[in-house]
Amino acid sequence: MWSVTDDARTRFRAGVRLGVPFGIVGFVLSMSFGVLAREAGFTALQVVTTSALVFAGSAQFAALSIAAGGGTVAAAVSAATLMNGRFLAMGIALAPSLPGRPLWRATQGQTMVDSSWALANRGDGTFDRWVLFGTTLPQYVAWVAGGTVGALGGDLIGDPGRLGLDAVYPTFFLALLIGELRNRRAVTAALIGAGLALVLVPVAPPGVPILLAAAAALIGLRKEPS
Amino acid sequence: MSSLDTGSLWLLILGCIVTTAVIKAAGPVLFGGRDLPAPFMRVVALMAPALLAALVVTATFALGQRWGVGAHTVGVAVAGVLLWRGRSLVLAVVVAVAITALIRAFA
Repeated sequence: MWSVTDDARTRFRAGVRLGVPFGIVGFVLSMSFGVLAREAGFTALQVVTTSALVFAGSAQFAALSIAAGGGTVAAAVSAATLMNGRFLAMGIALAPSLPGRPLWRATQGQTMVDSSWALANRGDGTFDRWVLFGTTLPQYVAWVAGGTVGALGGDLIGDPGRLGLDAVYPTFFLALLIGELRNRRAVTAALIGAGLALVLVPVAPPGVPILLAAAAALIGLRKEPS
Repeated sequence: MSSLDTGSLWLLILGCIVTTAVIKAAGPVLFGGRDLPAPFMRVVALMAPALLAALVVTATFALGQRWGVGAHTVGVAVAGVLLWRGRSLVLAVVVAVAITALIRAFA
């Protein structure tokens, strides 16, 4: 149906190289998830399973914070789902760049994480799927490894909050954001998105402000001023 | 400590696995493999800055459903300056974590 060309291989390798720094940072994030999850009553196997099969940082932290705070399973899964809501918007954006039958497209869509999606974005509304796959690979390996280390070595690592590890997540996203500010319109969309999210934080459940911030992209409906 | 037992936590994990996979599959299945109109593509191109900016401000300023600043806000701000000047992500993260931990240790 499709063949892996040399060009695809080159772009995949370029993606892997782009993904390594994000993988290193992801390792630390996933490790803090592992430590916190063990404290909240997860078994080590449960932490590793979550890292390997959920593989969505903000959703994992959202579900964990609800569970650790005494919430129900339904509340925790809902929070994770809302946090993942942005992948709906991101998946729609990615869709035209993924070839093949629906099941194959769904499979390719599983490789989407924030950083790979942003780095594979060519900036014209299309995506390089080989860069996407390549960027995700080192991050997946590092995510599972970090979760495993956190799950097994929590006593040695200590309290992630006291260590300042809560600064990792926003810095991770900030690096991606700076890479996206290619023109005046992108800056405007970022400012509106940030403003929407901040206004919505006190009135909407966690995750929803981020999903609704995608509405800032609607300024793209207007034609580019020439 | 969570009030959920191991069985309930498995249910939670299974729920997260299924919903995450479905959400990631939805866009590519419903809209995939064909070209979409130009205005749609222009909107798509702006989704990354909008979503990422929202992630940055919520991860920096939101504590659940409240706004707040803490030691990590200072760490992230310094990291932002380093990133803006083209320094590597790993360096920026190390500095952000170190500053945050230092402020917590002395505050």
